[in-house]
Amino acid sequence: MIISRKMNAVFHPESLSLDQLKVGSRAHVASIDWDVLEHSEACRLRHFGFDEGVLVEPLHLGPFGRDPLAIRVGRMTVAIRRSHARAVRVVPA
Amino acid sequence: MNPLPLVAVAGSPNAGKSALFNALTGARQKVGNYPGVTVERHSGRLTLADGRPVELVDLPGAYSLDPASLDEAVTRDVLLGRQAGERSPDALIIVVDASNLDNHLRFALQLIELGLPTIVALNMVDLARRDGLELDPGRLAEALGVPVIETIAVRRRGIPDLQAALDDMLSAPRCPARHDAPSDLVKLQRRAREIATAAVISESPVRRWTHRLDSILLHPVVGPVILAAILFVMFQAVFAWSQLPVSWIEDGFAMLADGMTALLPAGLLRSLVVDGVIGGVGAVVVFLPQILILFFFILLLESTGYMVRAAFIMDKLMHWAGLSGRAFIPLLSSFACAVPGIMATRTIDNQKDRLTTILVAPLMTCSARLPVYTLIIAAFIPNRTVGYGVGLQGLVMFGLYAAGVAGALVAALVLRRTIVRGGGGAFMMELPKYQMPAIKDLALGLLQRAMIFLKRAGTIILGTTILLWALASFPQAPPGERQVEASIAGHISNGIYAVVKPIGFNHDISLALLPAMAAREVAISAIGTVYAIDSTDDAAGSQSLGDRLRGKWPLPTALAFLAWFVFAPQCISTIAVTRRETNGWKWPAFMVGYLFALAYIAAGLTYWTAVWLGL
Repeated sequence: MIISRKMNAVFHPESLSLDQLKVGSRAHVASIDWDVLEHSEACRLRHFGFDEGVLVEPLHLGPFGRDPLAIRVGRMTVAIRRSHARAVRVVPA
Repeated sequence: MNPLPLVAVAGSPNAGKSALFNALTGARQKVGNYPGVTVERHSGRLTLADGRPVELVDLPGAYSLDPASLDEAVTRDVLLGRQAGERSPDALIIVVDASNLDNHLRFALQLIELGLPTIVALNMVDLARRDGLELDPGRLAEALGVPVIETIAVRRRGIPDLQAALDDMLSAPRCPARHDAPSDLVKLQRRAREIATAAVISESPVRRWTHRLDSILLHPVVGPVILAAILFVMFQAVFAWSQLPVSWIEDGFAMLADGMTALLPAGLLRSLVVDGVIGGVGAVVVFLPQILILFFFILLLESTGYMVRAAFIMDKLMHWAGLSGRAFIPLLSSFACAVPGIMATRTIDNQKDRLTTILVAPLMTCSARLPVYTLIIAAFIPNRTVGYGVGLQGLVMFGLYAAGVAGALVAALVLRRTIVRGGGGAFMMELPKYQMPAIKDLALGLLQRAMIFLKRAGTIILGTTILLWALASFPQAPPGERQVEASIAGHISNGIYAVVKPIGFNHDISLALLPAMAAREVAISAIGTVYAIDSTDDAAGSQSLGDRLRGKWPLPTALAFLAWFVFAPQCISTIAVTRRETNGWKWPAFMVGYLFALAYIAAGLTYWTAVWLGL
């Protein structure tokens, strides 16, 4: 796993939000906008291992409205809603 | 006397913690509640090789000591020695999933920092190997500074090694535990990743089983179809598989009744034993096979890992109704019984989501309604197929379940826009790896359910049946008058009758509604008891309850009765658990009010529609 701490969403030209990432394509987390998340939600994302530099990959989408998203984070697969995925900026690997 | 050493079993969700706890303690478990909060406390006893007993407590699964839910808060408080009703643990067993060390080691590191004597159970090493991952437990033990034991809890592997390590640890002199502030979560997470990476001997890239299965089961089209099929098979099976055991139980109770009739002289005592006790309890116990089949499916879906996938598929629909996919599991459990379902809402972090889920949970058709549905359907719906092997009776049953689900979704939608407004909920869940369930764990779960049900049949239901028998037997009717009309119960139900007459209910139904508050299935034994007492000739006495109902109730009344039971909050236990979970009488009172109103309207609509259609 490559960990790069220098990536920054604001200045990175290729960055996009996690919900825009295609199924099966990998990306590194550039930044997470913790402020738009409620405390317990932010806590959970941390628990799932969301962190800058971590490799993520959308695996599946919910059948109705392509929501929620099943995302591989490290060795775990977690489900989060599209609205929360928007808080995560990623840079394609 | 010194209390037994207390060993806490802790770990992240999906680490296989409960299976390990089952493997260590066997069936000798106590299930209770932590005082003041509604988190279940599972404890059990383990005897070490030298005969020393140890108390084991299974803590709720948690990702860290920074709680994001009520369960996690209890885990933290027990571990820090702050939880009322629990002493500080003397030692810890930390369960981690071998194939998810990057994540699970974070919590393990946090726990090791507490300074208690600790063992790490490196669990599910078989699944890690299946994914091509080889780990070095020695290297891991060195990095963590505590013993690491490889286990496969569901197959009961590595348990003797774990017990031996526990023995060693409890024999060693103890250092006082530290309770200082935990390290920063982000730093711990990064260290966890480093240690996890260092413990890997080899990793061969294989297409993971779970991913392969998910691409089918979570497929946007195939996934929902499979989910619907599973639920449909589940409810058909509840009918089909239960027929044989049901007939055995029926025969058994019939033999018992015949035996007692021959043994006892005719009179009040015989009437009490045969009509009251055997008739009443028998009419309820006969549904044990169906309840167990339903629980079998629910436990199976849970232990394989499919239950969370069902939540994933349903989340968007649940979200439209103002709920979260997380509510799907409590609501699905409510198909078995609303009481554990409502208790399971504690895993919903958002309080408004949780309250809404609690309020609509009684609309999910619980197993106590099955006796009512089964009897009425068997008596009034013809047993024929509508093509392709689909039975009409099963179809009506499916329809009743569907009506409950639709009612719950609409009620949630309305509640979320009126009384429980605001605060959009979250859906954040881990999708665990698929796993073959352990027969032993399934059997233990089923056994616990069976005992709970039989205990209910032996206490609440037996008591209510005897009380009702007395109300229905006294005073004795003079010749030429019906016993049902003359008795005390007859007079009470006259009051109820006045209210429910407009929705097509007859006098017998109003007689059953009051005792059915104790438990829904009592409605059947109540009607059974009434007819048993009321039958004057022996020919009628040998008729089944269904046959007798068919003779006495018009079809619209039977259908209205079914519609009533889809919505009515006929259950004291559910009301009591709602009071406990919402900390007051406000919400249970509201729940009872709106559900009775819905039941009244639904039954009335059904009755008058059926009459209008000329059924």
